[in-house]
Amino acid sequence: MEYFLIFIAAIFVNNIVLSQFLGICPFLGVSKKISTAAGMGLAVTFVLTVAVIVTYALQNWVLNPYGLGYLQTILFILVIAGLVQMLEIILKKVSPSLYQALGIFLPLITTNCCILGVSILVANATYNSQGLEPNLLTGVAYAIATSIGFALALIIFAGIREQLAKVRIPKSMEGMAIALITAGLLALAFMGFSGVDHGIAVAAGL
Amino acid sequence: MNYFKTIINGIVKENPTFVLLLGMCPTLATTTSAVNGLGMGVATMFVLICSNTFISLLKNLIPDGVRIPCYIVVIASFVTLLQMLMQAYVPDLYKTLGIFIPLIVVNCIILGRAEAFAAKNNVLASICDGIGIGIGFTIALTLLGFVRELLGNGAVFGYRIFPESMNMLVFVLAPGAFITLGLLMAIVNSVKNRKA
Repeated sequence: MEYFLIFIAAIFVNNIVLSQFLGICPFLGVSKKISTAAGMGLAVTFVLTVAVIVTYALQNWVLNPYGLGYLQTILFILVIAGLVQMLEIILKKVSPSLYQALGIFLPLITTNCCILGVSILVANATYNSQGLEPNLLTGVAYAIATSIGFALALIIFAGIREQLAKVRIPKSMEGMAIALITAGLLALAFMGFSGVDHGIAVAAGL
Repeated sequence: MNYFKTIINGIVKENPTFVLLLGMCPTLATTTSAVNGLGMGVATMFVLICSNTFISLLKNLIPDGVRIPCYIVVIASFVTLLQMLMQAYVPDLYKTLGIFIPLIVVNCIILGRAEAFAAKNNVLASICDGIGIGIGFTIALTLLGFVRELLGNGAVFGYRIFPESMNMLVFVLAPGAFITLGLLMAIVNSVKNRKA
């Protein structure tokens, strides 16, 4: 039940893009078509899950035992950059079809702040684990839920922008200005979910 | 190369937020008040100036094939330095900005300027570019924070101007960030259109 709550909270209540402001660059950059948005969402899910497992292991088995906590930022970004490169090579060999689908998005992911951000949150155990002990399992659940939330926001936003491209808008509002206001309205809609996680917790008797 | 022109260029013509549209995550997340926006802007400026200086110094030593990982290591080192300094001297601000301080590493402005400017120009010009872009980013963040704080909390830099009953809380929350930045961008665009 707590795992279900982690998912609800990370996908709807504290959506990574619309309420935590991580991963805004791809959210605004690759959201012109639904198909590319879905591809990006899938690539982020894949990389984020692997990155969280690796960085969690490094934090708990290398950095913490040797008192090297201050190296966290430098180590994590290098590991993520290397990981993305490695995944690209492995995917090319093992599953060419998946590589074709994710190909162009993978290099972009290194500088996607939601990967580094969620890795740091999980490694520092500062995410909402709904009362469970923050360990690798809840961390991975949180990472998967977060990336589903990212993909959901991206796909909804791409759908709106596809329709928006067909209408006339005032000249100075064109481009990023109208996209940001649309995102604001979407964030407003997602605010309607606030408190839902608490409600479910009460209903389930937690 | 006119150094003064490089600085002005970074503030106006290539303003990272309003013109280049880079570094949106900290722009939206940390501007709940003018002070937070200013703090984030100055923190980013510090890393940007240091990394521009160093990358410009090292540009002939770094092999072309591995330049991006090298840039990232340089940037991440300065971010780590900044984290330690902030923890020591401004712990409150460090706590408020939270995860967005380590995330300066993946701020596209810094890597973008390293690649587009510091790797091609001399040290002094790169420092000027760092200062210019840094000030441009700081101004944009402070402005956004100022508007959001004024509308959402009725205050400017913590000093109350409107009574509390006039607060529009939504501007401090997530949706307000997107909407305020969108409107500011529309104003900048309309000024630009009128000039053209």
